[in-house]
Amino acid sequence: MKNISFNKFYKPFNIISLLLIISSIALLVFKGLNYGIDFKGGTLIELRTESNTNISLIRDSFNQMNLGDVSIKKFGNDRDFVVKFEKQNSNDPKFIETIKNNLSNSLQNFDFRRVENVGPKVSDELLRSGVIAICLSLAAMLLYIWIRFEWQFSLGAIIALFHDVIITLGFFSLFSLEINLSIVAAVLTIVGYSMNDTVVIFDRVRENLKKFSDIKIYDLTNLSINETLSRTLITSITTLLALLAIFIFGGEILKGFSLAMILGVIFGTYSSIYIANPILVFLNVSQKTIIKEDKN
Amino acid sequence: MLYFSKLRIISVLAITLFISYFTVSNFLNFDDEFNSKNIKLGLDLQGGSYLLLEIDNQPVITQKLQSKLLEFKNFFNDQDILVRNFNIINNEIIFETEKDKIPSIINLLDDDKSEINPYFPKFKSHEFIFKNEENVFSLSLSDYGLVVLKSASLDQAIEIVRRRVDEIGTNEPNILKRGSDRILVELPGLEDPGRIKSLLGKTANLSFQFIVQNDEESFGTEKLKFEDGSEESIVSKRIILSGDNLIDAKPQMNSQTNETVVSFSLDRVGAKKFGKATSTGVGKRLAIILDGKIISAPVIREPIVGGSGQISGNFTFQTATDLALLLRSGALPAPLSIIEERTVGPDLGQDSIDAGIMSLIIGFVLVVLFMIIKYKVFGVIANLALIANLFLLVGILTIFEATLTLPGIAGIILTVGMAVDANVLIYERIREEIISEKNPIIAFDSGYSKSKTTILDANITTLIAAFILFFMGSGPVKGFSVTLGVGILTTLFSVYFIARLITSFYVIKNKEKGQLI
Repeated sequence: MKNISFNKFYKPFNIISLLLIISSIALLVFKGLNYGIDFKGGTLIELRTESNTNISLIRDSFNQMNLGDVSIKKFGNDRDFVVKFEKQNSNDPKFIETIKNNLSNSLQNFDFRRVENVGPKVSDELLRSGVIAICLSLAAMLLYIWIRFEWQFSLGAIIALFHDVIITLGFFSLFSLEINLSIVAAVLTIVGYSMNDTVVIFDRVRENLKKFSDIKIYDLTNLSINETLSRTLITSITTLLALLAIFIFGGEILKGFSLAMILGVIFGTYSSIYIANPILVFLNVSQKTIIKEDKN
Repeated sequence: MLYFSKLRIISVLAITLFISYFTVSNFLNFDDEFNSKNIKLGLDLQGGSYLLLEIDNQPVITQKLQSKLLEFKNFFNDQDILVRNFNIINNEIIFETEKDKIPSIINLLDDDKSEINPYFPKFKSHEFIFKNEENVFSLSLSDYGLVVLKSASLDQAIEIVRRRVDEIGTNEPNILKRGSDRILVELPGLEDPGRIKSLLGKTANLSFQFIVQNDEESFGTEKLKFEDGSEESIVSKRIILSGDNLIDAKPQMNSQTNETVVSFSLDRVGAKKFGKATSTGVGKRLAIILDGKIISAPVIREPIVGGSGQISGNFTFQTATDLALLLRSGALPAPLSIIEERTVGPDLGQDSIDAGIMSLIIGFVLVVLFMIIKYKVFGVIANLALIANLFLLVGILTIFEATLTLPGIAGIILTVGMAVDANVLIYERIREEIISEKNPIIAFDSGYSKSKTTILDANITTLIAAFILFFMGSGPVKGFSVTLGVGILTTLFSVYFIARLITSFYVIKNKEKGQLI
């Protein structure tokens, strides 16, 4: 077992986390999130050209079609592009065909690999159910940990969860990365993972609280973090290895998802140590806390 | 924790082999139903079209109110109750009566045995709810009445959608109800949904009505446009014949004019009606109307009595084929609109599968190598459990014929990364225990038992997230929650039965050796 004094850095890291949270919230409020068509409605076309194509050629062509604000991005290489615009007209069966025909005036040999068309009603519902899902999962975690631990622990775990979710979303806002359905899935998984990490350390804290009555919580959390450290690191590493494989080799569609997960795992690991535990210290958890609880 | 009875060993092996068998069967070809179970690929992996349709029930409600209005009128007339000024405003039927008739009308409407306003004891609700202000009554559909109406119209719409999709002949279409007014259509392998969208976007209400001069009709008239937008005509509101009486329709080449037409045949009632109308109407123009637009309006030269006829109207072979298909499959009860569409081409699907498998292999190899470097022999044991875990996971997905999506593959890879966690927790615990306990068997035993609650806690949290995602998520994301959730269960099984079994064999055999772990 290693013996690193994590507790010496509780304060500086708490300040950093606080700053990160504040700037993330500021970003979310003032800059907002870059919603994909899942949540904003509109049309997405992934197209592949036969040979490398200049993006401005495609942009000019789409701009002439009167589709409103069109965004075009390269998708992994110089042949694949993703085109997004707010106009969606799925009730006109020729809508996509017309776009294809217009495009063929300036572009030869291309293929629509993927077309998505989400109406405003559906996108509103998807957004609502995404938000509900995240809130529900936070509530469910809170409930679970409340049943399993004392309230001081639940508070610590939940604040750590919020920390991870908000900073991950802040990161997506800062770099204008797209938020779509798979990001919601990633956030939910992050919630599960972060909780998992926190619970492992908390289990040890509680065990040590029963064992040692003379160690202050400040040192006791440090002891528990050190005792579980190699597990924390190994699990984070294997999970990150798997996620990196998805990020690098899993194709463009899974890029956003795996990036969100990678961030979430890093923040989740960090917050279990530097957010959840300092809160136990702050709330002055002691042997009495758990013994009183056991009597009930 | 290290002791396994013979029975237990056998059952662990039997379960593992049984489930793993289905993983293997995915890659083999079998003819019978039991062995040929396969994981279904989601539309994002095999390519195809996903359409979400919403039904606009207003026409159905209006129609219901109109027919109910007539029923009320006749009913009160039969009861010798004076009612007048019937009207429909904002989905309410409104009528007036004499002051002294109010109580008897209320009685008739509010009675549990009411003939005109049926009462459903199960739902504690009449079909219509009513209010009266002085001598004016207004009736509107009750919540239950609306539900019944909507669900009937949705059922009917699904039937028609199914017929139209089947006529096109795509492979294994999936057509499902979604909520009270939506239909989900999944069309695997379909690359261009343009045609099916135009077919589903049409209500296909066909009627034959005479073209008339100004207001000479007692039924009333309406002004309708021609399909090509060229002109307008005044049409009698009397419907000679509607699409309901059609029994068949097909595209045909008219040998005389060399024009593509749609020929149709009528049932007996339809043939009779059509014969009668055409014999009295020789010389008149008969408009053929589809969804409020006139397709064509030929002049009747002679009575048509054989129960069959032709529709002409500048068709290409394709448009004639589509019209015939629409007429054969029948009219939708209300218009459908497409509110969500996702189409993936087959080559993108294949690329996604390749990328998914590639990252699975690489992720797996990295994790396996890491575990061997970190834990040596026990790393190998954890890796064996990991392999069994993958076989179990894919096997269970196969048994339930679950749909595998791209996020679903990501879920499997993530399972690979997180699955070793439980073994790591156990091994780390054993390393701690072994410091104070010299007997390796006891140390291993307590390592297993002391890490148990932690492992359960840690996995339950992820399972909660997967559950919520399953119920709230849609489409491909649901596939992720399935693999993630099932992955946790198979992980626990592989850690507590398979890895522990191998560990116990190894430890008991090598207990004399020094540092085991």
